[in-house]
Amino acid sequence: MSPAREHAVELLRQMVLVRRFEEKCAELYGLGKIRGFLHLYVGEEAVAAGVLAALGPDDNVLATYREHGQALLRGVPPGAVMAEMFGRANGCSRGRGGSMHLFDVERRFHGGHAIVGGGLPVAVGLALADTHLGRAGVTACFFGDGATAEGEFHESLNLAALWRLPVLFVCENNLYAMGTALERHQAVPDLAAKPPTYGIPTERVDGMDVLAVEDAARRAVERMRATPGPAFLEVRTYRFRAHSMYDAELYRDKAEVKRWAEERDPIRLLDDDLRRRGWLDADARAALERGVEQLVRDAVAEAEAGPLEPVEDLERDVLA
Amino acid sequence: MTRLTYREAVRGALRQILASDPRAFLLGEDVGKYGGAYAVSKGLLAELGPAKVRDTPLCESTFVGAGIGAAIGGARPIVEVMTVNFSLLALDQIVNNAATLRHMSGGQVAVPLVVRMATGAGRQLAAQHSHSLENWYAHVPGVKVVAPATPQDARDLLLAAYADPNPVFVFEHVLSYPLEGEVDETSGAAPLGRAIVRRAGTQLTIVAWGGSLPKALAAAEALAAEGVDAAVIDLRTLRPLDLEAIGASVRATRRLLVVDEGWKTGSLAGEIVAQVVETVFFDLDAPPARVCSREVPIPYAAHLEAAALPSVERIVAAGRGVVRG
Repeated sequence: MSPAREHAVELLRQMVLVRRFEEKCAELYGLGKIRGFLHLYVGEEAVAAGVLAALGPDDNVLATYREHGQALLRGVPPGAVMAEMFGRANGCSRGRGGSMHLFDVERRFHGGHAIVGGGLPVAVGLALADTHLGRAGVTACFFGDGATAEGEFHESLNLAALWRLPVLFVCENNLYAMGTALERHQAVPDLAAKPPTYGIPTERVDGMDVLAVEDAARRAVERMRATPGPAFLEVRTYRFRAHSMYDAELYRDKAEVKRWAEERDPIRLLDDDLRRRGWLDADARAALERGVEQLVRDAVAEAEAGPLEPVEDLERDVLA
Repeated sequence: MTRLTYREAVRGALRQILASDPRAFLLGEDVGKYGGAYAVSKGLLAELGPAKVRDTPLCESTFVGAGIGAAIGGARPIVEVMTVNFSLLALDQIVNNAATLRHMSGGQVAVPLVVRMATGAGRQLAAQHSHSLENWYAHVPGVKVVAPATPQDARDLLLAAYADPNPVFVFEHVLSYPLEGEVDETSGAAPLGRAIVRRAGTQLTIVAWGGSLPKALAAAEALAAEGVDAAVIDLRTLRPLDLEAIGASVRATRRLLVVDEGWKTGSLAGEIVAQVVETVFFDLDAPPARVCSREVPIPYAAHLEAAALPSVERIVAAGRGVVRG
């Protein structure tokens, strides 16, 4: 198998993993195994898969409350992610964070942030630490289109550009800030027009085409490694599911959702592409699916078997 | 020992930290070329260079957040926020990130961050530069809060804040900066969480901190002239509270008065009184009292500002009331 073919199949496997994992999460939510807020990434998988493929182990990743995809694809074990959602002590945040606050510092996965825009300054700081300490890493910071209305978005772009810090700002533009459509929250809905006003190299990319996302991310990261300073990707995507499990979706047309899901599903687009190229036959595709299903089954078993944190340990880790 | 102002003592500790630890840097608004809004960091940019002393744009939330991120990333930032009023713009980063990330990540994320800020009134700066909101920060689990009152403590508590692996907030009262005192510039970090008895006394315990300490000590002198022997405890650390030191003193004097430049409603003074009542109630001979700021935004006009704040006279009157009934 050629490296390009192998890599494309791997990206498909990653997106399928995130999709099946989250479908299982939705099912478990219905059964009451997972509680709290649960924000699914279904439809947006190509963003995490494409961007993370362009990063190395010394780079930092910081994401939003819709971060199951980033966590899984950064290598956080599926069992630790599922156990976290079950609120178990073997969860990746020891049951303190839940779905919105997955952490794995060893893999430089810095969470799971649920204050919209609040992660951007932290990402700028991670890049500042790398710069100050003479380390080569870059920091990828994911956020939604809603965050672009926050003051911290503009402050962070300015500071990163001013101090030439290697932050890859990844705007996951799914066209809705929760229930408020882009053109209803932005005076200038062209989000890619904003970062250049801070002097930040910016690219807009089709977020349903994982290979295009990866290419754009690689270009940005290579530029950042060669010339210190931030870069910005506006990744156009779409959320196929509700904002969270509590969302009745009164703000968008069912036909619009259906159109995106039928015509622009990133997994189906890559599936079709691979089939056209003759890179993945039906048997191999079925095997891929079985492998992912096994991973998800194992993750659920690990979560089910996980212990509860003893209540005596409630106050541990508040201070060092 | 060297005679130094409080401002110079802070600067000395900053210089020592920044020069000796390659991970350290200072960042904030006008900390570099301008020399600091209260001239604390004056000269440090020229001395240590721009990687160590970083002037930020005016974006409190983001430069505090960047300090948090840099601390997570292994650097050791010291953030200066011009005044506690401005720090409200960074409250999201402080409460939702600095204080929270360690616990919320199951103990993985360390935030060894120091945030210094000016607090308090007395310079006719009006209601957007004069408040004392230390208790807002002291309310929050996951952080430590100190309020040094003397030049020596300004140095030693900053060194302690820096050495601590947690986010530590250092409140420097605007009237403290010109205070002079003998400072041992070879001293190490003071222990966090320990109050200190600044004046021994047998009939009344006055608890104060930061900019209120000189007023409490002056009031104790005035009370002594009236025949009331008051002890003065300098709290030094506002979170965690040194209830042991307060309780020991109150058990001996049987009376408590707390001076707090914050507003009385929801104040730290209220918390201290509550904890004393919960733990040493049966040792009390009189109801505890509080001298706090009047419940108004601190006004500009000198006579109004003075009337709004705890004064020596108000502390004396309250002390007299607790002891004599």
